[in-house]
Amino acid sequence: MEILDNLALGMSTALSFTNLAYCLLGVILGTAIGVLPGLGPTATIAMLLPATFGLPPVSALIMLSGIYYGAQYGGSTTAILVNLPGESSSVVTALDGYKMALKGQAGKALATAALASFFAGTVSTIVLALFAPPLAQLALKFGPAEYFSLMVMGLVASVVLAHGSLLKAVGMVLFGLLLGLIGTDVNSGMPRYTFDIPEMADGINFVIVAMGVFGIGEIIRNLESESSRSLVASKVSGLWPTKDDFKRIAAPTLRGTLLGSALGILPGGGAMLASFAAYSLEKKVSKNAKEFGHGAIEGVAAPEAANNAGAQTSFIPMLTLGIPSNPVMALMIGALIIQGIQPGPAIMTEQPVLFWGIIASMWIGNFFLVVLNLPLIGLWAKLITVPYQLLYPAILVFCAIGVFSLNNSIFDVYLMAGFGLIGYILLKLDCEPAPMLLGFIIGPMLEEYMRRALLLSRGDYTVFVTRPISAAMLFVAVAALVVVLLPAVRSKRDEAFQEE
Amino acid sequence: MKLAFRTSKDLWSGLIFTAVGLAAVIIGQDYGMGTSNRMGPAYFPTVLGSLLAVIGLVMIGRALVLGSEAVGALAWKSMALVLGAVLLFAALVQGAGLFVALPLLVFVSAMGSTLFKPLPAILLAIGMTVFSSLVFVKGLGVPLRTIGAWFGG
Repeated sequence: MEILDNLALGMSTALSFTNLAYCLLGVILGTAIGVLPGLGPTATIAMLLPATFGLPPVSALIMLSGIYYGAQYGGSTTAILVNLPGESSSVVTALDGYKMALKGQAGKALATAALASFFAGTVSTIVLALFAPPLAQLALKFGPAEYFSLMVMGLVASVVLAHGSLLKAVGMVLFGLLLGLIGTDVNSGMPRYTFDIPEMADGINFVIVAMGVFGIGEIIRNLESESSRSLVASKVSGLWPTKDDFKRIAAPTLRGTLLGSALGILPGGGAMLASFAAYSLEKKVSKNAKEFGHGAIEGVAAPEAANNAGAQTSFIPMLTLGIPSNPVMALMIGALIIQGIQPGPAIMTEQPVLFWGIIASMWIGNFFLVVLNLPLIGLWAKLITVPYQLLYPAILVFCAIGVFSLNNSIFDVYLMAGFGLIGYILLKLDCEPAPMLLGFIIGPMLEEYMRRALLLSRGDYTVFVTRPISAAMLFVAVAALVVVLLPAVRSKRDEAFQEE
Repeated sequence: MKLAFRTSKDLWSGLIFTAVGLAAVIIGQDYGMGTSNRMGPAYFPTVLGSLLAVIGLVMIGRALVLGSEAVGALAWKSMALVLGAVLLFAALVQGAGLFVALPLLVFVSAMGSTLFKPLPAILLAIGMTVFSSLVFVKGLGVPLRTIGAWFGG
C-alpha cells in the first residue's frame, strides 16, 4: 500500500536523531506554554519563529507543530488544577476537570485528559494520512479562480466559526487583508501604504503582527485583571483510572475524537471549537448527563480528545491547500514561505519528506507527551505557580529581541509596539484578532489569484461562478454566511460558545 | 445618549473600520486602478477598503440605533508602562547597549503589574540580561552590542 510506504518514509524522517530532538523540544515547550495561562501557542510560535529560520524546514515544522498540539495537553493541566484555562481550547475541561480535582480526583482527571488526548492524537494522525493525499490531488487541478474562491471560503468559514459579532469578524478579516497589502506590489513594483518609509518597502513581517497583537496586546489585557493562583491539589496521586472509569470514557473519547477530527478540518475550526462542540454533544447523549458540571469524567475525556484531534486535523487544509484554518496555521504558512516553500498541494509531491515527516512526527510527539506528562505532572504543576508578573516581562524580552533579529532592524521593534497598542484596543472592542491574522497572511495570495483569474478570463468576473468547483466553493461561503445570519442558528451559535 | 456614544464598543469598532477603509481607498487612488482585466495596484485595496468602510458604517448605524456594550476601562498605567518599556528598549539598545536597555525593558514593564515588587523584578532583570547576552548574542549571534556605542562598546 502506498500509504504505508509514505508513512515509512515519514517515520524514517521523524525518527532521525535531530528531528526527534526537535519534536521533543517542541512538545515540552508546548506543554509548558499550555500550562502557563496567559501565554498561548500563537505568541510562542511567533517568538520562536526567528530561531527556526536557520533550521531545515522539516525540523522547523516538526518543532512548531509539537508546540501547537503540546499546548493542548498542557492547557488541560491548568484547567484541572486551578480552574483557569491554560489555553482557550481547555475552557470546557475546567468545568468538570476542576470539580474532579476538588473531589480529590485530580490525578484521575489528568490521566484521563492525557489518555484521551493520546487516543485522539493517534486516530487523527491516521485521518491526516488518509485524507490529505486525495485532497491534495484534487487541489492540484485548481486554477487561480478555484484558489481565489477557496480562500474566500476559508476566510468566510473562519468568520462564521469565530465567536462574537459576525460583522466585526468580517471587518477584522478585511482589515487584515489590507494590512497584508502593505509593501511593494509584486506586479507593478509600486510601493503601497509604505508612507515612504524604506523599512516598509518589503511589507510588514507577519511575526511582527503576531507578536504585537497576540503577545503584547494580550499581555496588557491580562494585566487588567491579575490574581494570584493557587493549586487545588499540591500532591497529585491516584493517576490511573479504574476499569469502571475506562468503560465510562471509552465512548465519549471516541465521539470526541471523531467530532474533533471533522471540525479541525474546517477552515476556522481547530481545537477550540472542537472542545466546545464535544462537550455539548456529550451533555446531550451521556447517560450521566446529570453529573456534568459536577465532576463527570466524560466531561474531561470528550473535550480533551476533541481539542487534540482538532489541533491535528487542522493541519490538513494547511498542508494540502495552503489555507490556514487558524492563527497558528497562518504562522506555519508564513514559516514555510520564509523557508522558500510555496504552501499548497504541490508540497505533498515535491516535498514528500517534509509532508510525511510532519505527519509521522505528530504520532511520535503524542507518544512523548503521554510518556513525559504523566510522570512529570508535579513539575508542570509547579510551573503553574510561576507568577504572571514575572512571566510577562520575560515574554517581552523574547518578543523584542526576536523581532529585532528578523531583519536586525530597530524599526521592527517600534512597529511591534504599535501593533501591541492596536491589538489591545481591538481586544477591548471585542474584535477578535484571529481573523485579522488569517487575512494578513492570505491577503497577498488572494490578490495574486484574483489578478491571475481575471487576466485569464480577460476581465470577466463570471469566471468565478462558471467554473464548477469555484462556484461550489463560493456557494458554500455565501450559504454559510446566510445560515449564520438566520436568527435560529444565530442563537445556537452563541450558545455553542457559552458553555457554562 | 452622550454617554453611550463615548463608551460603545460597536460604535468605536465601526468608526475605526470606516476610517481605515476610507484611508485605504483614498491613499490608494494614487496607485493606478487598472482594469479588471489588468488589475492595477489600487484595484484590490480599493475593493477591500470600500467593503471595510461599508461594514464600518453599518456598525455605526446599528450601534446608534440599537446601542451596544460599553467599553471597559482601559488599563492606562499597564499599557503605558508595557509599551513604554518596549519603546525605551528600541531607543536605547543600539546606543546604550543591551546591558542598559534590557534591564530597563524588564523593570519598567514589570511596574505595569499591580502585583509589582521591586526586588523580584530586579532579580528577573539581571537574570534575563545574563540569559539574553549569553543565548541570543553569544549563542545565536543576534547582532546586538552588550555595551553600546555611547559607552565606546
